[in-house]
Amino acid sequence: MFSHLHMIPLLPLLGAAYLILAGKRHSRGVVQTVASIAVFASFVISADAFFFGLPAVVHQGGITELVYEWFSGGNVNVDLSLRMDALSGLLCLVVTFIGTLIHVYSAGYMAHDEDYPRFFAYLNLFCGAMLILVLGDSLPVVFIGWEGVGLASYLLIGFWYKENANASAGKKAFITNRIGDFGFLIGMFLLFRATGTLDIQGILDSAKVGTALAAPLWLGQSVAFWAGVFLFVGAAGKSAQIPLYVWLPDAMAGPTPVSALIHAATMVTAGVYLVARMSAVYMVAPAALAIVAVVGALTALFAAIIGFAQNDFKKVLAYSTVSQLGFMFVGVGTGNFAGGIFHLFTHAFFKAGLFLCAGSVMHAMSGSGDITKMGGLGKKLPWTAWVFRICWLAICGVPIFSGFFSKDAILNGAFATEVYGHGLGWVGPFVGVVLLVAALGTAFYMSRLYCLVFTGPCRADEDVQHHIHESPISMVFPLVVLAAGAILSGFAGVPPAIRELFGKHGESTLAVWLEPAVGAPLEVAHRTEWMGMGISTVIALAGIGLAYVFYGGGYRAPAHAFAKKLPGLVSLARDKFRIDELYGFIIIRPLQALCRLVFQVVDRVLIDKILIGSWAFVADLAGRVFRFFQAGDVQRYLAVFAIGLAVLVWIAARPAAPDEVRVLVEDNTVAVSLVDPEAASGNLTYSFDFDGDGIADRQGKVPSATWTFSGPDHHTVSIVIEDARWHTRRTIKRDIEIR
Amino acid sequence: MPGHYYILLSLALFFIGTTGALLRRNALFVLMSLELQLGAGSLALLTFARGLGDQKGHVVAFFVMALAAAEVAVGLAIVVSVYRSRRKIDLDAINELRN
Repeated sequence: MFSHLHMIPLLPLLGAAYLILAGKRHSRGVVQTVASIAVFASFVISADAFFFGLPAVVHQGGITELVYEWFSGGNVNVDLSLRMDALSGLLCLVVTFIGTLIHVYSAGYMAHDEDYPRFFAYLNLFCGAMLILVLGDSLPVVFIGWEGVGLASYLLIGFWYKENANASAGKKAFITNRIGDFGFLIGMFLLFRATGTLDIQGILDSAKVGTALAAPLWLGQSVAFWAGVFLFVGAAGKSAQIPLYVWLPDAMAGPTPVSALIHAATMVTAGVYLVARMSAVYMVAPAALAIVAVVGALTALFAAIIGFAQNDFKKVLAYSTVSQLGFMFVGVGTGNFAGGIFHLFTHAFFKAGLFLCAGSVMHAMSGSGDITKMGGLGKKLPWTAWVFRICWLAICGVPIFSGFFSKDAILNGAFATEVYGHGLGWVGPFVGVVLLVAALGTAFYMSRLYCLVFTGPCRADEDVQHHIHESPISMVFPLVVLAAGAILSGFAGVPPAIRELFGKHGESTLAVWLEPAVGAPLEVAHRTEWMGMGISTVIALAGIGLAYVFYGGGYRAPAHAFAKKLPGLVSLARDKFRIDELYGFIIIRPLQALCRLVFQVVDRVLIDKILIGSWAFVADLAGRVFRFFQAGDVQRYLAVFAIGLAVLVWIAARPAAPDEVRVLVEDNTVAVSLVDPEAASGNLTYSFDFDGDGIADRQGKVPSATWTFSGPDHHTVSIVIEDARWHTRRTIKRDIEIR
Repeated sequence: MPGHYYILLSLALFFIGTTGALLRRNALFVLMSLELQLGAGSLALLTFARGLGDQKGHVVAFFVMALAAAEVAVGLAIVVSVYRSRRKIDLDAINELRN
C-alpha cells in the first residue's frame, strides 16, 4: 500500500553519506539546506504515510513494508522490515518534525563553526538511525537503530573533540550505553528462545497467548519477567535511568542543538518507546513492570534533587531530562503506556524548546552557561524569554500547558493502576507519591532556573553584558514553533473529564490512536481525575512560589539562609551525590586493576613472552642455522652441493621399484610375484616376510614366493629388495586378507 | 691390467679433486682441483666405454674436455678480475655474497 516507508530513514542516511563524502566541497548554505531538506522530506513522507493512511495505521495494526530479507537460517528468519503503527508513526513524526526544527536552528547556532559539514552529517545520521529504531519491525532491526543512535550520540557529544573533557564525555556515554545494550541483547535472546521469533509482532502475539512467555525461567520468575528486566536494562542505559543515568549530564558537552534533539527530545526516549513497544510482554509479567515503575519514580526524584543545586544551565536541563524520563517510565511501568508515550510526546516539544533557549542564552552570553552569572535576560532576549516561559510552565505542569495534561495522565495512572495484582499493589500509590514530590521538585528547580536567568539584575561581567543580543531569526523561528508545540501538544491527550466539559465523550485522540498498539487507557473516575488535576496544579504552583521566595529576582535571603543551614546537603546535591566517584571506586578502579593484571599476565607474559617469544626463538634458531650456509664463502656452498650430490647418488643407487606386484590368494595360500626386469641381472636379493615377525620367510634371487597361512586373518606381507653391490634396499608392503 | 683399477684411480682422483676444491684457500688451486674432478670423470667414462665396447662414453668424454676448457676460461677470467679489484684471491676472505 505505502511502499515508501523505507524512504523515511533512507533520506537522512543518504544526506549523512553525501555530507560526509562531499560536504567540504559545498558552501555552508548548501550543506545546511541538504541536511535540513533530507529530514524535512522524511517528515513529509512520515506525515503522508501517517495521516493519509490513518485507518490502516491506527486500526488495522499498522502498515508494514518488507524492504529486504536480511538473513534466514534454520528456524531464524530476520527481515529488514519496517512498520508504521500509531506508536511508531507518532515517534516518527516527533523525530522528523523536531529534527527539522533543530537542523534549522543549528544553521544559526553553528554559524561560526568550521566543521559544519561533519556536524550536519552526524545530525542526519542520527535522524536516520533513530527512524530505523522507531520503524524497525523486528528486534535486530531495532537494535541496528539503537546502536546507530548510540554512535551518532557518541560522535556528537565529542563533536568538539579537541577538548579532552568532551571526548571523554562521549566515551562515557558510549560505554554506559554498552552496558544497557548488553541487557537489550540478553532480553532479545530470551524472547527468541521462548517464542522462536525475533519479529516484534510475532513476540507480541505470542505474549498475548501467554503460555510460552509465562513459563518459569529462573528464581521462580517467568521468561517474560526476565526478558522485561533485561530489556529495561537496555532502556535504562539509553534513557538514562538509575543506575545508568550518569552519562546524560556529561553528554551536555556536545553542541546545544544536539542536547536538544538527541539528549532531550528523541534518543533518550527510545527506552520508553522500547518498553511501550513490548507492552504485551510486560503485561505478562507485572513484577517487571513494577521494577520499571519504581526505578522510574526513584530516578525522577533523585535527578530532581540534584537539579536543585546545579549551576550550569544545561546541567539543570540534563537532570530535568533524566527526571522527566523517570516520569515516562512510571507511566509505562504502571501499565499506562498511552500516558507514558503522551508525556514523551509533550516532553519532546517543551524540553527541546528549553534546550534551544539554553543555546540561545549561551549564544548571547558568549558561550557561558553559568547561571550564577546571568540574570535580567528577560528584557534583553525577549523572544527567548517568552519561549522559555511557555516551556517552563509546561514542564512545571501549569494547567492548559502540555506538561500539565501528560504529567496528570501519568500521576492518575499511577494511583489508579491495577496491573500489579495483589502483593504488588503498593507499587502504584508508592510511585504516585514519589512522583508528586518529584513534580514539586521539578517546579522548584525549573523556576529557580527561570528566576536566576531571566529576572532581576544581570550578574554577568561588563564585557559579556555588552555583547548580549537576541539570536538570529533561524534560531528564533524554531523556538517559536516549539513554544507553540509546548502549548498545543497537550490537547492531543486531554483527559475524558475535561473533554466532557466540551461536550465530547470517551478518550482523547491520542489514547484512541495508541490503543491498538499499547492497549486501552486506564479508566479513571472523573472525580478522581479532577482531584488529581487539582493536586498537580497546587503542587506546580507551590513549587513555583517556593522558588520565587528563594530566587525571585536573583539570590534572596532564604536561599542563602538555607545554604548556610544545610551546607552538607547542598554541596552533596551540587556534587551529584558523588555517584560518579562511587562508580569510580566500586566499578572502574577494580576494573582497571583487573585490566592491568590481565595485561601483565596475558599480554606481557602469555602473548609477548610465550606465544610470540617462542616463535621468535624458533625463527632465530633457524636463522642461526641457515646463516651458517649463507656465509658468502664459495667453498661452503660447494660442500653443501657435494653433500647433496652424494645423497642424490645414494637415492639413485636404490633398487628401482618393480613394475608390478602380483598377489594371488587361494584358500590359505598366498602367491606373491614381482614383475621386475632387474631381477635378471642377478644383483638383487628378494626377501619375503609373510607372518610379520621381521624375519625373512623366503629369500633368494627369484622375485616370487608362496606361503600358506594357518587360518583366516589380516596379514601384511613385506618384500625387501636389496642390492648387494651398494647395500641399498627398497621395502614394499601389501595387505592381504585370508577369508 | 684389470679394468677396475682404472675405476679405482678415477675414484682416487675425484676424491683428491673434491678435497682440494673444498679445502684449498687459493682460488687457482680450487680451479685446478675442479680440473682434477673433471679428469676423474672423463677417465671413468672412458673405462666404462671400453669395458662395455660402447662408443657413447668416448663422445661424452669429448664434451667434458670442451666443458673443462670453457670452465677454465671463465673461471680464470673471474679469478683475474677478482684479483684486480681486491688484490687477493684468498677464498676465505672473499665473502661479499654473505647473507
